[in-house]
Amino acid sequence: MAEVIQGTRAFNPSTRAGIQFSEEALKTIEALMKRYPEGKHKSALLPVLHVAQAEADGWLSPEVMDYVAELMKLQPIEVYEVASFYSMYNLKPVGKCVLEVCRTSSCWTRGAEDVVDYIGKKLNIREGETTADGMFTLKTVECLGACGGAPMLQCGAEYHENLTEAKIDSLIERYRAEGRRKCYTDLDYQNTK
Amino acid sequence: MGRKLLLTHDHVEGIQGYAAYRANGGYRSVEKALKKMTPDEVVEEVKKSGLRGRGGAGFPTGMKWSFLAKPEGVPRYLVCNADESEPGTFKDRYLMERIPHILIEGMITSSYALGANTSYIYIRGEYFYVARILENAIAEAYANGWLGKNILGTGYNLDLYVQVGGGAYICGEETALLESLEGKRGNPRIKPPFPAVAGLYGCPTVVNNVETIAAVVPIVNDGGDEYAKIGIGRSTGTKLISASGNINKPGVYEIELGVPVEEFIFSDEYCGGIANGKRMKACVPGGSSVPILPDYLVCKTAAGEDRLMTYESLSDGGFVSGSMLGSGGFIVYDEHQCIVRNTWNFSRFYHHESCGQCSPCREGTGWMERVLHRLEKGEGHMSDIDLLVDVAKKIEGNTICPLGDAAAWPVAAAIRHFRHEFEYHVLHPDKIKDPKHGYREPIMPVKPEPVTA
Ligand SMILES: Cc1cc2nc3c(=O)[nH]c(=O)nc-3n(C[C@H](O)[C@H](O)[C@H](O)COP(=O)(O)O)c2cc1C
Ligand code: SF4
Ligand code: FES
Repeated sequence: MAEVIQGTRAFNPSTRAGIQFSEEALKTIEALMKRYPEGKHKSALLPVLHVAQAEADGWLSPEVMDYVAELMKLQPIEVYEVASFYSMYNLKPVGKCVLEVCRTSSCWTRGAEDVVDYIGKKLNIREGETTADGMFTLKTVECLGACGGAPMLQCGAEYHENLTEAKIDSLIERYRAEGRRKCYTDLDYQNTK
Repeated sequence: MGRKLLLTHDHVEGIQGYAAYRANGGYRSVEKALKKMTPDEVVEEVKKSGLRGRGGAGFPTGMKWSFLAKPEGVPRYLVCNADESEPGTFKDRYLMERIPHILIEGMITSSYALGANTSYIYIRGEYFYVARILENAIAEAYANGWLGKNILGTGYNLDLYVQVGGGAYICGEETALLESLEGKRGNPRIKPPFPAVAGLYGCPTVVNNVETIAAVVPIVNDGGDEYAKIGIGRSTGTKLISASGNINKPGVYEIELGVPVEEFIFSDEYCGGIANGKRMKACVPGGSSVPILPDYLVCKTAAGEDRLMTYESLSDGGFVSGSMLGSGGFIVYDEHQCIVRNTWNFSRFYHHESCGQCSPCREGTGWMERVLHRLEKGEGHMSDIDLLVDVAKKIEGNTICPLGDAAAWPVAAAIRHFRHEFEYHVLHPDKIKDPKHGYREPIMPVKPEPVTA
């Protein structure tokens, strides 16, 4: 269910100073808005928020949402109410890698809780927390449509199924080495036009 | 081996790409429909096929299409529902990932039938990498003249776009999906008006599941009558089943409707039996929203007949002793799974996913979750069991969208068939406090004695 946005306040253009998306992101946002009929560009809000989140270190601050509102010529409230409804938008800072472990039935019956425990112990964090170095956040999420590969987790755009402790170990090692946040940024939205 | 219509070329090298797809007969349905058929003739074939919506409700697709309003000068839309968030369901992802072009082809043929010139595929945000696969397939389709202006020189224009969601199960409900596609919160709309009259941007709209749209391809290629020859009664054609849980071979299987449930679970062609040599305890045959069945009602109906994988047979006995085919999310539980625990798990899901518009759903799902959690921790009371039944009843039928029912049914069914297991949780808190209690002491369902007249 909807989350409360902390620190929401009156629209104030000056707070956006310093926020600037990359050229590529701005082009993508423009192209996204063209996918809908004249005057219906608000439709692009969900995909645009994914781009914004990737541009803004993985989370949507009120300032970033104000910036999106300005780019899309929407009222800030229209952006806030959408960002707070959907589970994929982070309204608080998160680590560079968010490990999202599915906790729903099919995964549960095949050891999802053990996966959460194992990662928690290994990284010394509890569910919902981020490691001190800001590298990993551990989350549990609802069914990700990979029940046949249970237990599973998602990190950014990647699905990892049939998890074992060895698989988790190598995954965490790889992510740490890459140190990356790679997700919605690498989509070539211009494809279709 | 059953016939396959969607996954026929599943294992062809490179089938994800345009060249291999086309070489294996891809896009024939577009050629046939656009060049040789009127839009109404396409609708007619779909009607003849008996195809029923594969998203869960099983509504006849041809009928839905013929309800589409066609006012002059107003655009019409076809929207593909690729939100696939029903726990236990992962067939659409499999299809889109393996054979993306069958969905693109189906979208073109179906859009032509409905007179839509702009169509959207709304895909759940988590399927981001699948969205990319679709984007690439769409780009290939444009490059080869299957999309865009004046397709095949017939004067028909179509633009097709993918839109990613933001993570919300409720956006699978068709009116919530349309709200989301308009860039808003996914709050279901009050019906009527139905999308066929006022859908996307207030225009006439058809919303169909991925698998439904894909099935239009073989229906147009081979004719609706040919499709209707497969299956039994009003369950025609093939269905993708997502099999998961404690079975040997989880995965997506295309079955001819009518395969016996027993064969589906135990034969090596499909699930390969229960994993680790255990016994089956229960099965949820159609995604988390449908009633759970105890072992003795899975392969046989209450009347002792073989249960088949069809809409009718799976719902034989109504909610007293039957379930539903639903989305085809087939979850099997072995003897060591705790039903109370699983019911709590589902309740937590629905509470988390309730959009919060209607108080029975918003408050009721939370209430059920808390009571179930208390029972599962060994802190429940006997009266909690009837309380749950009562709360479920009060949600059912009293909400804007069917998510309320979907949250109520699994709880009611679990108590109907596994009441003694709930009671055990109240009577033996010491044993229940061990989180792995299901493994320590399997509690099998108790088959009620037949009532003799
Ligand atoms: C809470 C809820 C979630 C739903 N989720 C999905 C879904 O993920 N995918 C889907 O195709 N249909 C889903 N449906 C059904 C849709 O509302 C709609 O009936 C379906 O997309 C129609 O397509 P079809 O006739 O091809 O099945 C859902 C319905 C409800 C009430
Ligand atoms: S039933 Fe639940 S999900 Fe559906 S509209 Fe009401 S509150 Fe929202
Ligand atoms: S239950 Fe975990 S992916 Fe579906």
